[in-house]
Amino acid sequence: MNGPKLPLTKNIEIGRAPFTLAQYQAAGGYVSVTKALAMEPKAVREQVKDSGLGGRGGAGFNTGLKWSFVPEPDGGPRYLVVNGDEMEPGTFKDRLLMEYDPHLLVEGVITSSIAIQASQAYIFLRGEYKAAEKALQQAIKEAYEAGFLGKNIQGSNFSLDLCLHTSAGRYICGEETALINALEGKRANPRFKPPFPQVSGLWGRPTVVNNVETICNVPGIISYGVEWFKSLGINGQTGTRISGVSGRVKNPGCWEMPVGTTFRTLFEDFAGGMLDGYEMKAFLPGGGSTDFLLPEHLDLPMIPGDVAKAGSRLGTSLIMVLDDKTCPIGCIENLMKFFAHESCGWCTPCRDGLPWTEHMMHKLETGTGSMEDIERLEEMTRYMAPGNTFCALAPGAAEPLQSGLKHFRDEFIEHVQHGCKYKQH
Amino acid sequence: MAKINVDGKVFEVDPNNNLLQEILSQQVDLPYFCWHPAMGSVGSCRQCAIIEYANDEDQRGRQVMACMTVPREGARYSIEKAAGFRAQAIESIMINHPHDCPVCEEGGECHLQDMTVMSGHTYRRYDGMKKTHNNQYLGPFIGHEMNRCITCYRCVRYYNDYAGGTDFGPQASHDNTYFGRFQEGPLESEFSGNLAEVCPTGVFTDKVFSKHYSRKWDLQTSPSVCAACGVGCNINPGERYGTLRRVVNRFNDEVNGYFICDKGRFGTGYVNSSERITVCMSRDTHDGRPVQIEADTARAQLKAMAGSAIGIGSPRASLEANFALRELVGADNFHAGVSDAEFGLLNQVLDIYSNRPVNIANIRDIENSDCIVILGEDVTNTAARLALALRQSVRNLGKEMAAKLKFPNWQDAAIRQLAMDRKSPLYIVSPHSTRLDDVAKTVHIASAADAARIGFAIANALDNSAPAVSDLSVDEKTLVDQIVADLKAARQPLVVSGTSLLEPALLNAAANIATALANGESRCNLALAVPEANSLGLMMLMQGSGNTLGKALGSGSKQAIVLENDLYRRAPARAVDSFLGGLDKLAVLDTLQNRTGEAANLVLPAGTFAESSGTFVNYEGRAQYFYSTFPAKAPILSSAKWLTEGKKTEEILAEVAASLPGGAILNKLTPGADFNFAGMRAPRQHHRYSGRTAMRANISVHEPKQEQDEDGIMNYSMEGVPPLKDATVFSSPWAPGWNSNQSLFKFETKVGGPLKQASHGVRLLDNSGAANTWYDATVTKASGDGFSVFPVYHLFGSEELTSRSPAIGEKATAAYVALNPADADKLGLAASDGVQVQHNGAVPVLLRNSIQPGTVGIPVGLDGLNFQDMTANVSLEKARDWQSPKGWRAANIIVSDRSMKKGEAN
Repeated sequence: MNGPKLPLTKNIEIGRAPFTLAQYQAAGGYVSVTKALAMEPKAVREQVKDSGLGGRGGAGFNTGLKWSFVPEPDGGPRYLVVNGDEMEPGTFKDRLLMEYDPHLLVEGVITSSIAIQASQAYIFLRGEYKAAEKALQQAIKEAYEAGFLGKNIQGSNFSLDLCLHTSAGRYICGEETALINALEGKRANPRFKPPFPQVSGLWGRPTVVNNVETICNVPGIISYGVEWFKSLGINGQTGTRISGVSGRVKNPGCWEMPVGTTFRTLFEDFAGGMLDGYEMKAFLPGGGSTDFLLPEHLDLPMIPGDVAKAGSRLGTSLIMVLDDKTCPIGCIENLMKFFAHESCGWCTPCRDGLPWTEHMMHKLETGTGSMEDIERLEEMTRYMAPGNTFCALAPGAAEPLQSGLKHFRDEFIEHVQHGCKYKQH
Repeated sequence: MAKINVDGKVFEVDPNNNLLQEILSQQVDLPYFCWHPAMGSVGSCRQCAIIEYANDEDQRGRQVMACMTVPREGARYSIEKAAGFRAQAIESIMINHPHDCPVCEEGGECHLQDMTVMSGHTYRRYDGMKKTHNNQYLGPFIGHEMNRCITCYRCVRYYNDYAGGTDFGPQASHDNTYFGRFQEGPLESEFSGNLAEVCPTGVFTDKVFSKHYSRKWDLQTSPSVCAACGVGCNINPGERYGTLRRVVNRFNDEVNGYFICDKGRFGTGYVNSSERITVCMSRDTHDGRPVQIEADTARAQLKAMAGSAIGIGSPRASLEANFALRELVGADNFHAGVSDAEFGLLNQVLDIYSNRPVNIANIRDIENSDCIVILGEDVTNTAARLALALRQSVRNLGKEMAAKLKFPNWQDAAIRQLAMDRKSPLYIVSPHSTRLDDVAKTVHIASAADAARIGFAIANALDNSAPAVSDLSVDEKTLVDQIVADLKAARQPLVVSGTSLLEPALLNAAANIATALANGESRCNLALAVPEANSLGLMMLMQGSGNTLGKALGSGSKQAIVLENDLYRRAPARAVDSFLGGLDKLAVLDTLQNRTGEAANLVLPAGTFAESSGTFVNYEGRAQYFYSTFPAKAPILSSAKWLTEGKKTEEILAEVAASLPGGAILNKLTPGADFNFAGMRAPRQHHRYSGRTAMRANISVHEPKQEQDEDGIMNYSMEGVPPLKDATVFSSPWAPGWNSNQSLFKFETKVGGPLKQASHGVRLLDNSGAANTWYDATVTKASGDGFSVFPVYHLFGSEELTSRSPAIGEKATAAYVALNPADADKLGLAASDGVQVQHNGAVPVLLRNSIQPGTVGIPVGLDGLNFQDMTANVSLEKARDWQSPKGWRAANIIVSDRSMKKGEAN
């Protein structure tokens, strides 16, 4: 079980330029490509499946299992698409990986493409990530020059092209089917599933869409094996993941840690706790579209099932801390404004429900809200519930609101009666 | 079939359809917006929410959208239990919708109004600002009021996905999504008018109607048939205060389905024209001035001509009117009012349909075809509705791909996504580029004669007993091989051609291909476009007679009766002049004043299709009966009545039925004169028709007697029983709670299926042709000096009556000549120059790469040039002192010029 303890960030040093291909290879890079080329594609898929690697984009679905839904090759093109449209509020982990170790992602793309027998891969990159764009362009160029991309990779029969696509920017592009539409040059509206992208995705062909961090885990799994990967996790989990903290903490940032680490370890040991003079009131565990958790939940391990039991979602596992001097109503209003603006406009509850929600939050925050508004906000969270909408955007948007109404109900009522007390300071 | 339980009721449903469609087919109400029977499901509006229960124990269930759900055998569903969510959905849909229903032309027939009421949204709780948008000018046909938009995406799914439009689309996003053009300007699609019916509210409206709109229940309507081309789309015209206000689609699953073209919808303005002939006139031969005469005098004068006059019929007049003229003058004296070239071609169409083993393709056959060869015909401009059907046929490959992966057939977006640009093969052989080029596998530019040669070669390659063609070029041979391979692989091939290029060999070639593909019972689909609403009906009445128009013009007759026809559009002006000049007495029955009418001694005002009943026979040989919409204003009468001294239309039809071989089937066209509902006739006016006693009060406070319709089974009033359960007499679809055209499903046997008890029309040409009989592969190639002429048709402008409707006039262009740029260079012509066409005056030049060098496209029916005056070859030269006619623009004429280099198209 030899292998690095922090496989995702071992090459990363803030302030230093990312590794060139030579440096990256010297640090053990691109081993997984050679290994995977010598394996049956199915064996590569099995190995990833056995590792227990879950998707790091928020849903946490087993990656190898997702790959197994791709039908057998029929001679036509198949695609791997990397979702680098990191736009979830409070989330900045993929940025770290792409800016500081782009070759890890490129290696992951090649190895994953071997697994699903893709002939063309795309990295769909958030348009604002200029530094990542530059780093990836350089890495892709080097990989082509070294024969890791292009025709007959490393003398094998396997060929792969990799394109970097910089997004024109929309939150909805993080939804895999909307991302595919955007990649095709269409409006970024989600598609109905089924059919799933594995059957009919990009250009109507079998397609796998994975998050950047997910793909970055693949080289390690193939290079060092399933057992090594399993040994990295704690609390019954496998592998490592990047978690982080934003808000009024002493040391905001993101760090790689074993999957299964508790929120408290992240919050206290890595982020150093709250700034002096501030108390934690609540936190969003994994992005703007997750339910608020309270300080009492800090001892939960960052495991999707455990977080779900506490009434939230692990999401991207980058927590946003709400302190006692920030208005929770204002915080939620801000989130609703974001989500209402980022709705693609396809389905009714999201397109027309979110602006109305934002409107009521704005009334409350500006002291013109009513008790009826609070009731109606609760109604709205049920209206935008999963199953009622076309995709997960509106149900996600409803999460901070519904948990806010539960945890800060007194403050909502206070806003109706006296306006926002935080503003008066 | 699957058995499902909806709120305790058990239904047998088709699991291949989505749950919403099947629930509607059971006549159960379930609100929806984005789903459309012709366009499938996309699941965006969330209005058709329903609860699905996993099993009998499941009490909680799961909310699903019925339009995106496969009905499961044995499953339980509840519409009632999802009422709360549907009320929330409509409430949020309505937050930005203006409260302008009283001044909205859609009011009273608005699907949004209906669904708002049905979904239970009664009180507005949203207290914020409404989103507002700017509207666009979209041309003379369609009005735009974006503030009414509820973002159901139906417009873009219709206009872009279904109709192939490219100048329209959704813009921006979230609750600011905007549906319009990139820039203001006329919508380019020939089918834009359907937006007014597809839009569930008043965003896209019929602009012509909007200028003078009336509530749906205040319009007098009837089941009618479009008179604007040979397709015979079914329509419901609507009248109020004596003017025809609008035309909407009337569903006929075999002819036009849910959609009609813009010429049919917006081309009826001539009915209200100030150029209508409204009185009987006699022209004194001495001073040539017309004098108004009494109707009885006129009728007597007309009758007096019988026995000595020849009659000239019309392809735009009804079967009854033509028959009545034939009876009046005698069959020997009855002449077809079509050009001599067309006369031969139409007889050929009748021969092919009657004596060749083909399946005459209706619209459903066209949509189901999976390999199509179009020989010569520019269908978009000559039989537009068929072009829209052809656009659907190329999707069959994608549908087959989806079926293999077990996608439900109603999953529209998923099927389009899977297919991408993979299409069923459609081949176009045409003298110029056409609107359908974008969906064609190959567009081959060739003269009509060469297209015929290619057609004969295809037939020969399919069946070597068919006559061969010897001198194919390498390119032509390659094309033939490719087409033959695709035709052989096809499940349901289709050949499309028509009479418009005036090339007899083209029709023979099309017939030979279809014959070669016939295999026992399985016959090849064949569709042959014909020019006018009753072209085939007129020719059937000729019954093989050789009485061409040319024969009439050369007959030396001293008296003639011309039925609804401007002879100058049928024959060279010199021949017509000499014929008319030699007459002692000319009687003309027509609706609008024209050049022939100006020479008449006796003019009788004829009713348009909207004021007359009668029968048209369409391109398939399908006879369809149209009921007059409103009474003609005396002394205007339908031509058939003028010619028969007021016989009932149905009596004349019965005489036609008795006179035509196999014509007895015509008696099935109407329910019969004895037909009644509870002892009463069917009303043309809705029970809510308002103002009956008051609408003429400014003229006289005495309510006039209701106009009587001596024909048939409908009243010009609200008296009687409107058919609410079936479509026997289908004036206007309406059902309790369903005021808009979406109420149609209440009259269909199932969604998308035939209307209950409605007439589809009757096919007169069911053939019994034998295999292996061939037409000769003889093609006469034109020779001579100058440019070889071919006709170019315009949906807007080529047809005589519709071109005199104001909205069509705005879209129509003036005459031009279309040339290859290389030829223009030789003549020293620039794009802005004019061309002198032999002795026919000067017109602008239109440069298109798709025009073959040495040939010239001459538009038919446009102002400034008469195609009938052209010889087979014409000489051209640069016009001197040329100034472009005002408003001349080359845009949108002979579109999709594929071979044109980027940026060169003008």
